[in-house]
Amino acid sequence: MTIAATIRIQQGDFDVAQEIARLSKGRTDIGAVVSFSGICRGTEDSEPIAALTLEHYPGMAEAEIKRHADEAIARWPLQGLTIIHRFGRIAPGENIVLVVTASSHRQAAFEAAEFLMDYLKTNAPFWKQEESARGKSWIEARSHDDDAAARWKKS
Amino acid sequence: MKVKYFAWVRERVGKAEETVEPPADVRTIDDLIAWLSRRGEDYAYAFEKPKVIRAAIDQAHVKSDAVIAGAREIAFFPPMTGG
Repeated sequence: MTIAATIRIQQGDFDVAQEIARLSKGRTDIGAVVSFSGICRGTEDSEPIAALTLEHYPGMAEAEIKRHADEAIARWPLQGLTIIHRFGRIAPGENIVLVVTASSHRQAAFEAAEFLMDYLKTNAPFWKQEESARGKSWIEARSHDDDAAARWKKS
Repeated sequence: MKVKYFAWVRERVGKAEETVEPPADVRTIDDLIAWLSRRGEDYAYAFEKPKVIRAAIDQAHVKSDAVIAGAREIAFFPPMTGG
């Protein structure tokens, strides 16, 4: 049976516990749930920041995340998958992104969650701008994120 | 065709989207970047390092040699920093 991922691109916050419960409540076939939450740090390169503002490409953001969700479902035996990505202004300590994977066994759940996060970082059309005492500046992409995504490529 | 700009590409160009009618010899994303760069200083600044710029055709990532014929919507943006 092929499962359908829940994908949400939203400005508002999300409740991690509620999202986990939504996938696993009342199920006896799920043996493992992995959740990854990306949270806004209060510093960037050891400089304090006031907030991040996330810009996104509406339509393509959903399509790109769906494409990777479908790939994760094809590669790992998942019984549930939820991906939520916020946009707009996000203060330190607030949630940015959530990936929840559910499977019979932990390995698939861990691997699929890591695969999805590595790809979201490099392929989902979102851009972070930081606000600090020095003003606003766009955060630069990091090459180690590209390396992290590249290791999932099938040879 | 509609062209959209995001993040610092949008800021440098000075607009989020516009409709353009490039001539027929503008065949690829590379060609379109070169053509847009000749439209003014703002564009030249946005596309001063064309290798850094990422592109999408009809909301799917493409390489810079992708052919633009038939595209409804082309987007230009910096490397992504979401997640």
